[in-house]
Parts: sequence; C-alpha cells; structure tokens
Amino acid sequence: MKRWPLTGPGLTYLTVFMVIPLGLVLSYAFLRRGRFGGVVDEPTTENFTRLADPLYADVVLHSTWIAALTTVLALLIGYPTAYVIAGLPRRRQTIALIAVVLPFWTSFLIRVYAWIVLLSGPGWLNKALRAIGLGPVDVLYTDAAVVTGLLYAYLPLMILPLYASLVRLDPQLREAAANLGAGPWTSFRTVTLPLTVPGILTGCLFVFVPSFGNFVIPELLGGGRSVLVGNLIRDQFLKARDWPFGSALALALLAVLMVLLLAQAWAARRYATR
Amino acid sequence: MRGMRAVGAVATGLALLLLAGCGEQGSQSNGGPDALDPKADITEQSLTVSIWDGYSPEDLPERVKNDLGVPVKIAHHATNEEIMAKLTAGGAGSDSGIDVAFVSGQYAQALNEAGLLEPIHADLIPNLKNLYPEAQQLAYDKDNTFSVPYTWGTTGICYRTDLVEQAPTSWNDILKPPAALKKKVTMMTTERWLALPALKVLGHSVNTTSDKELTDARALLLDAKKNLLAYDDTTFGDRLTKGESAMAEAWDGWCPTSDPKIKFTVPKEGSDLWVDTMVVLKSSKNKEAAHALINYILDPEIHSWAAENILYKVPNKAAMEQLDPKVLEANAPLRMTPAELLKGESIVDVGDSAMKYTRLSTEVTAGS
Repeated sequence: MKRWPLTGPGLTYLTVFMVIPLGLVLSYAFLRRGRFGGVVDEPTTENFTRLADPLYADVVLHSTWIAALTTVLALLIGYPTAYVIAGLPRRRQTIALIAVVLPFWTSFLIRVYAWIVLLSGPGWLNKALRAIGLGPVDVLYTDAAVVTGLLYAYLPLMILPLYASLVRLDPQLREAAANLGAGPWTSFRTVTLPLTVPGILTGCLFVFVPSFGNFVIPELLGGGRSVLVGNLIRDQFLKARDWPFGSALALALLAVLMVLLLAQAWAARRYATR
Repeated sequence: MRGMRAVGAVATGLALLLLAGCGEQGSQSNGGPDALDPKADITEQSLTVSIWDGYSPEDLPERVKNDLGVPVKIAHHATNEEIMAKLTAGGAGSDSGIDVAFVSGQYAQALNEAGLLEPIHADLIPNLKNLYPEAQQLAYDKDNTFSVPYTWGTTGICYRTDLVEQAPTSWNDILKPPAALKKKVTMMTTERWLALPALKVLGHSVNTTSDKELTDARALLLDAKKNLLAYDDTTFGDRLTKGESAMAEAWDGWCPTSDPKIKFTVPKEGSDLWVDTMVVLKSSKNKEAAHALINYILDPEIHSWAAENILYKVPNKAAMEQLDPKVLEANAPLRMTPAELLKGESIVDVGDSAMKYTRLSTEVTAGS
C-alpha cells in the first residue's frame, strides 16, 4: 500500500468541501434560529416537524412535479438525439457531441436571460407566432417557461450518458436480431432499449437532481410566481435569516436525492447482470 | 432596500454564509463605548467599508486617501441579509474586519440591539449639521444615536402614462388592476414590501405583528397574484421602459422617471419611509477614521453624488440644495420634500415576528 499518500489531496478535498460543510448543515438543523441570523445553541427538533407543514409539503410536491416533467421531456428528446449521434460516422459524432456541450461554454445566467428575451410578450416567440398568424401566448413567468429553461439547461446531461451507453452497444447484437427476423422496432424494443437502461437511469438522475434543487430558473423564468425547494432553501438563508430551517430543508432534499441515487444504483445493477 | 444586483451574487452569497458560519470566535470584552480620541492620528488607521455595488462614487477610496490620508478598502454586499450574516457570524465581540457598513435602517436597529454598533460620536462628525432636521426623527433611531442616514425614500407606484387609462392613486390600482392591465403589473417580493400594499389598503401598520392583520393581507395578496406579470425587485424599471409592464410597485429611486412616459406616485393610503444608513462597528479598531469617513461623505460635494448618479434622495440639506437643477427637473421623485417623506411610516425591525412575514411571503409566492 505504498500508494496511500496519493489519496491525501483527495481526502483533504473531501474533508474540507464535503464532510465539514455537511457536518455544519447537520448540526444547524438541530439548533434554534438566532434572531440576528446564525444559530443559537439550543437543541431542538422543531425544524423537522415544520417540514410536515402543508405549506412546505406543497412546495416539495410542486418541485417534484416540475423536475419529473423536465426529466421525462429530456428523455423523450434526448434518446432519439443520442441514438442518431451514436449512428453517425466517428468524426461526425465528435462534431455532434461538441455541438451538444457548446452551450456550456457560455455563462449559465446569460443563457437563462436569453430565454427571457425569446419568451417575453413582445419577444421572438410571439413575433414568430404572429408571422404564421397565431395569437400571442403568455409563456414567460409560467411553469411552462420554468420547464423549458430547465430542459434546455440540463438536456446535455441526458444526451451524454445515453450516447455513452448507445455507442458501446455491440452492432452485432442488432444484426443478430435482424438475422433472427426481428423488425427494426422489435430489435429496438428487445435489444437496444433494455441494454441502454443504465444510461437512461443515469441520464434521468443527472437531469432530475439539478432540476429539483434549481432556484435561478424558477426565479428568472418563473417570475418569482412559483416557489421550488431550491428557492425555499435559498430564502431561508438569504432573506428569512432562518439558517436552522434552511439546513433542515437542505437535509430533506439530500435525503430524497440519496434515495433516488440508491434506487438508480440498484436498478442499474439489476439490468447489468441480466 | 436595494434588491439583488445580480442573481449570480446569490450563489456567492450562500457560499459566503456557510463559510462565515465557520468563523466562530471567542468573545472579547464587551464593555461600554470607548472614549474616542479626537486628536488620534487617523492616517495611521485604515478602513474596510462594506456597501452595495455602485452605491458610492467609484473614486471614493482615492479621494479619501488624498484628502484624509486614510487608506480605504471597499467590500460589496448584494443584500442587507448578506452583510448581516457577515457582521453577526461571530456574535457580539467578534471582529468581522469591517469598520463601516451601509445597511438599511431596520437592520441598523437590529445590529444595535445585538450590541454590535459603536454609538455615533457626534462631536467627530461636524457635518451632521448638513442633515435636514427631519433626518433626526427616524423611528428606528431617533437622534441618530447609532446610525447616520445616507439615502432615504419611499415606495409607491411607478407607471407608464401612455399604457394606463387612469393614473394610479391607490394601492388598489396595483392589487385590483382594471382588466386591460391584467398581466401588466409587477409587485415586489422582498418580504416587508410584498406585504406593504395590502397592509396599507387595509389601514394597518407596515410594522404590524398581528396574525389577524397579516392573514387579511394574505387574502388580498393572493387575489392580486392572479393579475400579476411577475414578482420583481430588481428589473421592474426595465420592464416598464420596454413596455412589458405598465405599472409596478417600486422604490422611488428605481423608477426610471428620466423617461418622460414614466411617472411615480405615492398612493393615497400612504406608504413607508425607508432609510439606508452608515454604521460604525464596535469591533472596529479604526473608529476615529470611521467617523472621519462618515463626516467626509456628509460633505455636500460627496453626498450629492448619490442623488445625481443613483437618483436617491439624500437627507442632506446642503447636498440637495446644490443639485443640478436639470437632474431635479427631470426626476420628480427627487423633488419630494423631507416633510412629505416623513409622512411615510418608518419600517422598523419586528424581531422574531419577522418569521410571520417570511411565512406570508412564502404562502403568497407559492400559493395560487
């Protein structure tokens, strides 16, 4: 085990940026709110009982719905895209993949603001609709705009794992299916789809997790008219001066995501061994 | 007062908050006010000032260095809450490294109650004489014992004269707009200002802590939400200019009245009086220089900068009197008199009842 000193930087990183902050969040969640911010050293569990309040339960439900819708749409758009890319000649694949990640080279905020310009009342969407004789639609500052923004932001995170699992697929398997008389649809349904389930699960997780906790997009594209878990947590720290409740919310969010991760890992293993 | 300058700052702010939480320090002696030495050599001292970005002249540090001989470092905060977190992280007695902070009145009040502020030594700030007498009657700090007002103003309705049929006169024009203005109205989302229009329409105080009054306000606000375009604290001016909205709940200084189509009015039910103040931290080791800086800012030459450049009224008579008449002419809100302003109700810190306002704003923004 002469290599163990090499783990030093990694372990330090984990301790400083994960173990300590998580420990802080965990301890804050069991303390009382300080009137002027921060926490008071009085143990309490009331931050967790407050989580059961219907007001916050509704926010969690609403966030789940938005994130789930985004994930499903991302899968419906992402799978065919990844499928086509994986079928391209090698060099074109690289170009297509660069195109997929290209938006990441620009600031996230700028891209979100661009959507405001596109979707706003006098914006491009309505200009285009008017040109083809359709009435203006009020999309901006609705849940539809929030889902659009999330979908746009996280679609590459769906395409990339899907592509990875599609491109690894042995083409001979599909040939074999064809030789045995399977049509393209049957071959896709019985060969390609089951073998890419791990990629689907990873992609769904990659899209669902950041959508669930996002607070910038709901604020900018949702016009502050709907509150998601991410906004709620942010507000506890930056507006309400209620760090303990914010910590409890963050822990609850973490617990939900841990469950999802475990479910994904379990399902991926099941499919891999089939 | 000033909302977030950029949403990007939010993420940074959160990170800072978490870091600030680690900085727990042992408390030092927390005695009464030290006697300050008026003859102290302030050129031996240096200052760190925390202020909103764009809220003071960019060359302020150079000018202070040249005129007073004090090196000044400027730090920026995006919101009151962010600077509160920095200042209170270690509890009373700890040193945040900040000497002078710019915070809104009710936050200065809270900081003072937490024992973090140095009393203002009026003898070290002769320029206090430049302030309007009204500037010493501010509810959160009568006689400016721990804070010195920097800017003040009120909240009202900012609107496009060409897009509204009738000029708004009441908060009800925002809460229950005519059908033509459906989805053409924005309201503010910062807790106390979210509640303000409804509280005023109902004839309640903007500082109420009564559950019943807040519940009544909630019903009105939820009704109003159906007609809102968005909740917006930062870009409502742009929306008006672009014609995306026709009417907005707005702070006076943020209403782009330099556009001739845009006007500002204070509804007949009344409104608030907000003040952004300068405070000296008790933990500062450069208190003499801190007072000298405040005195320097109260100089009409410097203080009028805020009125001319960010279009906020300053409570400084001498500074307001030397404003460029063209700027005054173009921006009606700047012409409000201190007496008119003082009709507004001062927003004060409501202590633990702040949680009621948090809940109200979550219920309204999350509700339907």
